[in-house]
Amino acid sequence: MRIRVNPIDCKAHGVCAEMLPEWIELDEWGYPILDGEELPEQLMAHARRAARACPTLAIVLEGGGR
Amino acid sequence: MNATRVKAAPVWERRLLATVDDGPDLAVHQQHWGPLPSARAPELLSAVQASGLLGRGGAGFPTARKMLTVAAARGRTVVVANGAEGEPASAKDRLLLMRAPHLVLDGIQLAAKIVHADEAYLVLHGGTGTTEQVYAAMHQRRDRVGVELRELPAAYVASEESALVHWLSGGEAKPTFTPPRPFERGVNGRPTLVNNVETLAHLATIVRRGGEWFREAGDADEPGTLLVTVSGRGVDRRVAEVPTGIRIGDVLERAGVDVAGSQAVLVGGYFGTWLPADLAAQLPLSHHALRAAGGALGAGILVALPRDSCGVAETARVAAYLAAHNAGQCGPCLNGLPSLAGALNALATGRWDERWWPALERWMAVVPGRGACRHPDGAVRFIASGLSVFAADVAEHRAGRPCASVSSPALLRVPAVPPAWR
Repeated sequence: MRIRVNPIDCKAHGVCAEMLPEWIELDEWGYPILDGEELPEQLMAHARRAARACPTLAIVLEGGGR
Repeated sequence: MNATRVKAAPVWERRLLATVDDGPDLAVHQQHWGPLPSARAPELLSAVQASGLLGRGGAGFPTARKMLTVAAARGRTVVVANGAEGEPASAKDRLLLMRAPHLVLDGIQLAAKIVHADEAYLVLHGGTGTTEQVYAAMHQRRDRVGVELRELPAAYVASEESALVHWLSGGEAKPTFTPPRPFERGVNGRPTLVNNVETLAHLATIVRRGGEWFREAGDADEPGTLLVTVSGRGVDRRVAEVPTGIRIGDVLERAGVDVAGSQAVLVGGYFGTWLPADLAAQLPLSHHALRAAGGALGAGILVALPRDSCGVAETARVAAYLAAHNAGQCGPCLNGLPSLAGALNALATGRWDERWWPALERWMAVVPGRGACRHPDGAVRFIASGLSVFAADVAEHRAGRPCASVSSPALLRVPAVPPAWR
């Protein structure tokens, strides 16, 4: 599964970094920095939860089934 | 660098610019080029394929491949000719539109035929005279597909492909999150072919003279001629048509630049890179050679910086312009570029505090690759090349000894108008 951030929608709420700290950290302005686009299998459930929790729905998950 | 690719071309053949001295009239155009061939779409496309033409807007993508993708799309498609020339150091698109508009208009018709488009736009910058000139040229013709002239708001990123499409669909001239790319879903949701006006002008020559003719000039892998815009001391955006693969030093000298008196050359525009002048002068003017040297050909922009100019100040001024022209959409860019520009300004003008250096390096590392478009990537590439090529001056500035020429007139043009998006 691929994970991306829609940088236009992202408003630096930082929820994603709280819910997926293994993969996402925040820059000094509060915007997410991802550890790559290909997400490991064991983080997929966390990633889906983080995507649903994002207040602006800026986390984009592609492929990997549901 | 592959020396065998460098061609000696004492006399450079003018193709796109063959008629510029005779004026922009249809009669002049037809006299030189003859009528527009009535070939069908597949024949036109195979001529483009045989030519090996690469897009002249900066990215150098194979034109035939882009056209094939749009042509294969279902339903009605759109052609957008990009003549807005967002690069302040470029003047080639304007020259083409002012002096050879019928080549561009021919190219639009041909592209529309190839991708079966029934709608076409020609996007220009207002206040440059091009709208009036192209309008006059359009009234000398009877074209199958109507072309709508549109004046793009003046902002550096407005001529980025997704921004153009968004604006033509009624939005602001700001980049959008991709995919979908314009060829998938473009103007008003239709598959859209966006081509630079020089690319379209080449198309108009290729269908008349053939792909083989096109390949007679230039580098075998990136054939044809290329319009370049050269600036330097006493040389303000001089446009020349040159075969690809020619030595950059030859291009500069022919344009009247004192190469020996230059310390660096900005290649590729404000998303491009500074290269040391002695290195740049030896390189062939091609995508692959410049990429191998850590640069980019971009839209054929060359600016030579004299030895007594301050490269740090030039870099800082352009960084401030690029920061001001971010679209205000993506956090890393809208925060990062002004931070970088502020630090560079302090460095250039002697208000530097050494504690800022780690932040400057951190911003250059975290800002690229995180925007919807390539604006942050291009801006950081430009800044990084300046800090590297002018490293000796940077060290002096960091030590509190800015160059004496820091306040001398800028060589790189930076429009003073704030960006507009509608």
